[in-house]
Amino acid sequence: MSILEVENVSIQFGGVKALDDVSYKLEKGEIFSLIGPNGAGKTSMLNCISGLYKPASGSIRFKGQEIIGMKPYKRTSLGIARAFQNIALFEHMSVLDNLKLGRHVKMKAGLFSSGLYWGAAEKEEVNHRHSVEQVIEFLEMQDIRHTPVGTLPYGLKKRVEVGRALALEPEVILLDEPMAGMNSSEKEDMARFILDMHELNGITVFLIEHDMGVIMDLSDKIAVLDFGKRIGFGTPEEIQENPDVIKAYLGEQEVTT
Amino acid sequence: MKNPFVMECGNYKTRYDKDMAIFSTKRVKVRMLTLTLLAFLFPLLADSYIIGLATLCAIASIGAIGLNILTGFTGQISIGVGAFLGVGGYTSAILTSTLGWSFWIALPVAGIVTASVGALFGIPSLRLKGLYLAIATLAAQFIILFVISRWTGVTGGTSGMVLQRPSIGSFSLMSASSYYYLCLMILLFTIVYSLNIFRSRTGRAFLAVRDRDVAAQIMGINLFTYKVLSFAISSFFVGVAGALLAHYTMIVSPELYSITVSIQYLAMILVGGLGSILGAVLGAIFITLLPVGLGMFVDQFAVYMPDMQNTLAAFQELAFGAAIILFLIFEPGGLAHIWSNIKNYFKLWPFSY
Repeated sequence: MSILEVENVSIQFGGVKALDDVSYKLEKGEIFSLIGPNGAGKTSMLNCISGLYKPASGSIRFKGQEIIGMKPYKRTSLGIARAFQNIALFEHMSVLDNLKLGRHVKMKAGLFSSGLYWGAAEKEEVNHRHSVEQVIEFLEMQDIRHTPVGTLPYGLKKRVEVGRALALEPEVILLDEPMAGMNSSEKEDMARFILDMHELNGITVFLIEHDMGVIMDLSDKIAVLDFGKRIGFGTPEEIQENPDVIKAYLGEQEVTT
Repeated sequence: MKNPFVMECGNYKTRYDKDMAIFSTKRVKVRMLTLTLLAFLFPLLADSYIIGLATLCAIASIGAIGLNILTGFTGQISIGVGAFLGVGGYTSAILTSTLGWSFWIALPVAGIVTASVGALFGIPSLRLKGLYLAIATLAAQFIILFVISRWTGVTGGTSGMVLQRPSIGSFSLMSASSYYYLCLMILLFTIVYSLNIFRSRTGRAFLAVRDRDVAAQIMGINLFTYKVLSFAISSFFVGVAGALLAHYTMIVSPELYSITVSIQYLAMILVGGLGSILGAVLGAIFITLLPVGLGMFVDQFAVYMPDMQNTLAAFQELAFGAAIILFLIFEPGGLAHIWSNIKNYFKLWPFSY
């Protein structure tokens, strides 16, 4: 069964159709990439999935359950995590606290137990600290765990952003351009992390990225958007040969006689 | 014996619960214990005027911590603190004087009533941000004061109400030091509670709402619940402070809870440091004692220049404003930041790098 099914989703802002009748499916345990030129509607698509936008029509199903109309914070507890394109970390908090926030829905402590910090609440903090430390180890951030995120360099912030999504132990992770603005060695690290989380933890990855080399190497399936329309869907090989995709990226060859 | 004044370095933890403790090293614990002991012992040496000032500082600290939870930690600005203090004070006054309840029940009930009123006025915060929310809370200030001064049958209108000091059995907390101890205990509880909140789930959610509300939503935080919760818990402490203040001055009347009080509390957390429990306490002490200090200074000075007394009195107000402006310009982090700078300096002392 597909883990995430997007069917005929459309949304418009004023006269602009940001998404026009887009459909595709994510199978459990695959790396899926959504590509397209700037302004094609990729981030709008993610916003529809995580609940920041409400599509005008269509349906988005997570494990068979319709999630359109569900509040964003409820979708998180289903197991959908997201890393933002323009880093949206909690700048004044340490890396550790940012990651712990990623586990917010997995924790229970309320106003009273938090305030007393005794017995169950303390045990909970320690248990979740264990899980968070695993993410820290996985992303190789041991030396910065107590550093306030605001003071970190860009590349590390991106990594914390991915870490915060991973801390949720999600079934699907939505990564919005996790490698934007990185140099090639940082990109290599990030690609390795994506492959590892996919292989070791069996997380389904939904990736938005501009670097074609990375996309073609990592992805199992690719969907291509252009001006809100899906113009291609398939394996990397199929996409590379798709004439519509080539047209969108390279333009049309002029007919010369 | 190591030098007790230098900061500890190379402090490594082997367990997570140790790493997440409020006071991380033995030395810090000893220091905090000493400070608490000093706070408990000093009434033995001071006269009742000083103890009275200390009581006011403790009460203001409770209120300032409450406001800081809302404004400093959750990022929701509120100009209605004065009125919320009034809700706490009047609730306790009505419960103890009119209905004859015991103070020990009236105090938490005053907190809970203020929390409900605060939560009610916090509901618009889902849609309103920044200055707009400030204006909405300003409306709270005026609505509450209007109700207090017009609902004559219950609140006594503009003439106010008279309260009694609480008593345990037959022992009344009439003396300055006994009431000081009561306020100090409640302040300690408030400090510990809020320190705990901000190292666990609920407090982290508050901080997340302040730093990035969109991301907080995606992390699974219900913005509405947590904003209202923050208003409620903040107002609870403000209400308790209001009740304590009312039983200390033994009178409540509408003009004691004007917008000036709201501004004063905002000044406390600005001068002390937004988003810091220590800052709230330091700021409350600073703002409470500043007029007293300035007044003493003016009195001293007036001896030499008797004809200047009126001018100097005006100067007092000026200095109050100037202090706040200087803090905003030169140390936006507030007193708490100055303190952490001093600590960091001595961490490496006497080597500057």
